[in-house]
Amino acid sequence: MCGIAGIIHRGGTAEIGREMTSMLQSLKHRGPDSAGFAVYGLPRSGEFIMRFKVAEQEDMAKGFDILRQVKERREEVDSRIRSMAGEILEAEEVTEYAFRYRVKYDGDTRRFTDFLEDVDGVEIMSLGRGLELIKDLGDATQVSEQYHLGQFMGTHAIGHVRMATESDVDIRSAHPYWAYPFQDVSLVHNGQLTNYWSKRREFERRGLRFVSDCDSELIAVYLADKLSDGFDLEDAMNRSVEDLDGVFTYVVATAECLGMAKDVMAAKPMVLYEGEDCIVLASEEVAIRSIFPHEIETFDPYEGEVRVWRN
Amino acid sequence: MEELNKEQKSYQMGMHTEQLAGRTQQVFFSPEEAENLLYPGAFDVDFDKRGELDAADLEPVAVNLKIRELMGEGCGTIEVHNPGAKHSLGVGILNRLWLHFEGSLGYFGCGLIDGPNVRIKGRVGWSCAENMLAGTVVIEKNAGSCFGAAIRGGDLICKGDVGARTGIEMKGGTIIVGGRTGVFSGFMMQRGRLVVLGDAGPNLGDSMYDGIVYVGGKIASLGTDAIPAEMTELDIAWLSRKLKMYGLEAPDGVKNMHKIVAGKKLWNYDNLEPMEKKIVL
Repeated sequence: MCGIAGIIHRGGTAEIGREMTSMLQSLKHRGPDSAGFAVYGLPRSGEFIMRFKVAEQEDMAKGFDILRQVKERREEVDSRIRSMAGEILEAEEVTEYAFRYRVKYDGDTRRFTDFLEDVDGVEIMSLGRGLELIKDLGDATQVSEQYHLGQFMGTHAIGHVRMATESDVDIRSAHPYWAYPFQDVSLVHNGQLTNYWSKRREFERRGLRFVSDCDSELIAVYLADKLSDGFDLEDAMNRSVEDLDGVFTYVVATAECLGMAKDVMAAKPMVLYEGEDCIVLASEEVAIRSIFPHEIETFDPYEGEVRVWRN
Repeated sequence: MEELNKEQKSYQMGMHTEQLAGRTQQVFFSPEEAENLLYPGAFDVDFDKRGELDAADLEPVAVNLKIRELMGEGCGTIEVHNPGAKHSLGVGILNRLWLHFEGSLGYFGCGLIDGPNVRIKGRVGWSCAENMLAGTVVIEKNAGSCFGAAIRGGDLICKGDVGARTGIEMKGGTIIVGGRTGVFSGFMMQRGRLVVLGDAGPNLGDSMYDGIVYVGGKIASLGTDAIPAEMTELDIAWLSRKLKMYGLEAPDGVKNMHKIVAGKKLWNYDNLEPMEKKIVL
């Protein structure tokens, strides 16, 4: 099933970590396997925030050697950053296997990511000026507390609770997905894509990267591909509604925008609230009500509809 | 309009086939029992006795149990405050009742009801009044997809816009949408009337077996085997009366609404004799 949500505040920052936690927790019945957040702080100039993991959560319970491997993998990441003339401004060990780095790097971010992910077990969750992507097993409250998201101030966020249907219950298959290699582009999805494998093979032949077997990742790769071809976000999303088969509703975020798209059968839910100060959307209204308890005007977007909002 | 008796009107509107739905079933089997039959678990209530509850801190099951408790005390008018878009509220009520929700409901609100008159001040989520048998449900704002899925009888009204697949597989009753409806509305409908005062999305009435769809606005496209039909004076009279009951109006007048019915080209199976059906199966 899965549940998705998004929120964007116009003209300022708000407690988006707390808000998204509350919304996702209200959707827990739609997906208890994992929870994920893509939160956007004010963009930083001259540096990136890099979120990455060096092992899966379940790996940590297997054998005694994993702690040594985690240590070595992280050291290798640090070494490779320095070898590419990057500078680690701040390094935070958020969990035993997941890290948040402030990095100064002026080169090609795709090459940077590829070089780091070449280290066994390493996955870059996100690399961005404002984006920080967090995902792990458990419900939204557990993940939020584990990664200290309650105090996160920012302009917008998207989130996901996952009920695994077609791929594993692990962090790499959890949402959101970063639209590698585009800085600050992330995506969450509810649905099934029926042309996943044919499209994936098409993209892989062209050298595009997939880190999981989850069909949702295809949308992130698809959008990244279209953006690299010069499409703007809304055009890329409109194309996706035509090119992707299956039933889907997805939410995408960039450094300044929040967008949603719905398939032509309108088979997956989405409820929208468009206020003056913020826009909120979720698979179910009960999530929106968790942060707006008073009566508000909400509605469902229609089949094939694409909408984009700017902060 | 030619003077018709009740039975003739019923036949012309295709309503005679709906006599086996919900509370009307008792009339079919025993006209004398008419409104007196109570299902097991139903309540005999007094409309003048009022009850209310605050749903803010209650789980959906607790809200429904509290409604039952109030009905058990004889309350025939119940107000529910702060429903908070929770799912499955007001389901399975099998007796007459005035039920007012002072806010919005989530999914499956008022499903499987047979008799109550429900007013919802806010919006409803997916599958509102699914399998409703009799009564009325009036929603003041918008509704999600699968609005009135498989209803058998009663009146289901949304004064705002609704999502996709409105009236999917409806088997009787009336659905009225004050605004717009989405893709595949009236999909596989078998009886009843779906009235849309605004625009209708693509594939309207796809694979419908029977029943009538009326649309006041634009139709994006008709589905397979859905065809336009002439509005009759009976249609106009029925629509005018029905819309007036709920304070609604067709934007360009009832006379200018589009009428869509089943072409019945896909209706092969039911035309077969019993032995032929056996061969097909």
